[in-house]
Amino acid sequence: MTMVEERVPAAAAPNVASTLNAREVSAWFGSHKVLDRVSLLMRPNEVTALIGPSGCGKSTFLRALNRMHELVPGASLAGTISLDEVDIYRDAVSVTEIRRRIGMVFQKPNPFPAMTVSENVIAGLKLCGLKIDRSTKDDLVAQCLRRAGLWNEVKNRLNDNGGALSGGQQQRLCIARSLAVRPDVLLMDEPCSALDPTSTRRIEETIAELREEITIVIVTHNMQQAQRVSQRCAFFLAGENAPGHIVETGPTEAMFTNPQDQRTLDYVRGRFG
Amino acid sequence: MQYIHVASVPFLDVVESSEQPIAFRTTRGRGDRVYRGFGYGAGWLTLAIMGLIGGFLFYQSLDAFRYEGFTFFTETRWITSVSGGRFGIAAVLLGTVVIAVVALVLAVPTAIGTALFITEYAPKRIRAILTSLVDLLAAVPSLIYGIWGAAVLEGQVVYVSRFLADHFGWFPPFHTTSLAGSKVPTTLTDFTASAFLAGIVVALMILPICTAVMREVFAQAPPGEKEGALALGGTRWGVIRDVVLPFGKGGIIGGAMLGLGRALGETVAVALIISRTTDVHNLLQILKTGGNSIAALIARSWTESQGIASSALMAAGLVLFTVTLIVNAGASFVVSRSRSGAATEI
Amino acid sequence: METLHLTENDTGPDAVDDVKTVRSDHENKIVIRSVDADSVITYAGSTAASLALTWLVYERFAPFSGTLGFIVVAWLVFVSIVYVSARQQWGRVAARDHFVRLCVTSAALLALIPLGSIVFSVVERGYHGLQVSFLTKTLKAASTQNKFSEGGALHSIVGSFEVVGIAMLISVPLGVMTAVFLNEIGGRLARPVRMLTDAMSAVPSIVAGLFIYAVLIQPGILDAMGFTGALALSILMLPTVTRTTEVVLRLVPGGLREASLALGGSEWNTTRQVVLPTARTGLVTAVVLGVARVVGETAPLIMTMIGAQRLNSNPFSGLQDALPLFIWNQKIHGGLEGVAQEWLWSGACVLLVIVLVLFALARLLASRAGLSRRS
Repeated sequence: MTMVEERVPAAAAPNVASTLNAREVSAWFGSHKVLDRVSLLMRPNEVTALIGPSGCGKSTFLRALNRMHELVPGASLAGTISLDEVDIYRDAVSVTEIRRRIGMVFQKPNPFPAMTVSENVIAGLKLCGLKIDRSTKDDLVAQCLRRAGLWNEVKNRLNDNGGALSGGQQQRLCIARSLAVRPDVLLMDEPCSALDPTSTRRIEETIAELREEITIVIVTHNMQQAQRVSQRCAFFLAGENAPGHIVETGPTEAMFTNPQDQRTLDYVRGRFG
Repeated sequence: MQYIHVASVPFLDVVESSEQPIAFRTTRGRGDRVYRGFGYGAGWLTLAIMGLIGGFLFYQSLDAFRYEGFTFFTETRWITSVSGGRFGIAAVLLGTVVIAVVALVLAVPTAIGTALFITEYAPKRIRAILTSLVDLLAAVPSLIYGIWGAAVLEGQVVYVSRFLADHFGWFPPFHTTSLAGSKVPTTLTDFTASAFLAGIVVALMILPICTAVMREVFAQAPPGEKEGALALGGTRWGVIRDVVLPFGKGGIIGGAMLGLGRALGETVAVALIISRTTDVHNLLQILKTGGNSIAALIARSWTESQGIASSALMAAGLVLFTVTLIVNAGASFVVSRSRSGAATEI
Repeated sequence: METLHLTENDTGPDAVDDVKTVRSDHENKIVIRSVDADSVITYAGSTAASLALTWLVYERFAPFSGTLGFIVVAWLVFVSIVYVSARQQWGRVAARDHFVRLCVTSAALLALIPLGSIVFSVVERGYHGLQVSFLTKTLKAASTQNKFSEGGALHSIVGSFEVVGIAMLISVPLGVMTAVFLNEIGGRLARPVRMLTDAMSAVPSIVAGLFIYAVLIQPGILDAMGFTGALALSILMLPTVTRTTEVVLRLVPGGLREASLALGGSEWNTTRQVVLPTARTGLVTAVVLGVARVVGETAPLIMTMIGAQRLNSNPFSGLQDALPLFIWNQKIHGGLEGVAQEWLWSGACVLLVIVLVLFALARLLASRAGLSRRS
């Protein structure tokens, strides 16, 4: 990690969203191959939804996109993943820099329990070794919480413990936390699966608002959700003993109304999976 | 990805390629390199300290080994001076083992019972309190055990000792001759400061660790099998006999060995209780006044030892260190093996 | 006694809108008793019989005496009577079940009787130690002709605090770092380190003293002083801190580490800003347990600190005393009667109080840190 004392601008200029391009990505856990030559272009200003039954490699693919896959002992990977033409695995960019630029929101909300709400929001900056002024701090906290759609609910509880919020609020706090380091891409791994419908709707609204600035990739098991939030879909499927691969990709609209592949049709109609 | 189309299989569009996994490169920043350096440093330090303890004890005991030679391991007397003497570990080691065995014989059944009570019988609230109280036994300093054993417990134990010697003298460990040499000891003073007394006190001190290990292993006994045994009409004892004890065998042995390791090294309590002797016959009569232990020997004679005498104590310390290491390594092995089937984290 | 509540009232009035059911005004819960009247009578009868019989034996034959002997005999008689009467009433299998239950329960009680006796006798004989003169005076001009109030253990208490404090400063950073290494960094070195940490926790305390003596004092690098005692204590404290911290770190959810790394945090920042703060209560427990482990330790101090009669508040120069050494020296050199005995028990009482406070603190913190297991 390079201890660059970057200054964080107070008012964030709108991001120019980035393109994330995965080409022929395969992944293994030990000798077990879980992902077979997946290629997917994740375009700026679009929400790309990864859909498919459990165990088809969606989450593995997502974790490969910001180099979290390699944290599992024995994991390996082949192929190319590039962020705006920078190969994130081969070019001389540090892992921490990649992960800062490609943020991630997890299935289970995981705010840092030892930190307050506002400390949670700026935790990423401290973790990256970025300095921040006291005055810009408050602005940044407010701005990130607003973008995550949480500001009105917690503006009077900024010094409460992060774990004291409700599940849906915790998840939005995690989104705010990811936004604070100004990522180009946000990866979301079933962000609503542990939440109630109201919180889910709130987060879906947040996603829609964020789409203007950030490239978003979301894994979801909920077909309606995929239809609501995404512009583009990729359908993953794994065979009996075969690793997961992409069956079909396309605009969400087309995928749900007129898919090219019979299996996609069956899946989106709820016939299996 | 670099994969090769194999031309000899023309009907396959895409063949199984030789995909080359990426070698994950994590170029760590300086902060992380320093962090890892410190981590590894701390790890190595642990290894180094253990190595140094053995090394320095050996180095400092060389004088004694040179002076006494191999007889250090066979000699029973321990008479030392600045320049020499006649000393050997045999009797002291025997005394150490005798006390440890007495402690083990008393502590292991009690620990099994306590562990079973905690895991199988006690209501939840009592379980927590009892666990705390047993752990509290471990927190009481050895020194306090020592003064309590000498001042309070001894006055009670001598009666039990005399009873055992009088009525169960035919059982070899309880056979006792009086200090004066007559066949049947009559005075209570023949039973003070005995290995038996020291063993009782050490038993109390090792009870917590034995109980803790056994409790953890018993608690992992498969609930399905326990319920199965109950559903077949088994009594609580039936469940314990058929499910819990067989499952916890490794824990019992491991806990006992860990306790043995602690018992061998127990210092101050034993030093304050026993009156030291190197007479092998006396050492084997556990009820009778007199016993010995390596740690107690070192603690009691350290301040007046110099030269060869001090080196001899170092040699004794080295023997103690080696023996406890071996016993504990064995215990760790047994306990880890008994847990491997359960696959739960301790 | 276990009472099982079988009925659970989970159907509220709303749940029976469309189904008209007749509901009784109140529900009677079935109470399952594991102890019935027969057992109570059997046990009570056996208790009375055994006490009577033992008393008879003691009075008539009296080949032994003493409270301990009485308890042992009464217990043996009690168990036998329970077994016999249970066998007559309920048969062999049930009798054996009662027998084992009795043995197991007594084993648990057996462990506690001495604990009570220790606390009682130390407090009974040493409660004078909690008075001001004992806590503020030293043994500077002590002799066996002194009165109790003319001497005290101030010099030992000061020494104990300093020595344990230094040991803490040495072993806590090292122990936490080692635990971080084992749990956060890992690798091939982790296995042997974990094994040797276990082995180290079993090193007899006197060996730790011999080691420091052999390394520093014998070659003349340092004289015996508070600091050398602290070094010996830190060898004993290190494995306790390491093992407890490792358990505590394992309780930190992996998701938090992932979240931190996914934000672009470095390993060091993840450990320092996320893992350690999350585990802070547990870390304090580890420290307290480490302190409790060494505060009463005597053996290694005999050779590395020796002890003193007067106050020396500088642990880096000259001999220093510690509370355990105070007690030890009173016991070894003080004789069996007189003021030394009073000082001895007073010192023990002060030490016991310190240990009990530390123990209670550790429990409290551990329960807050969610450490239900043995630490």
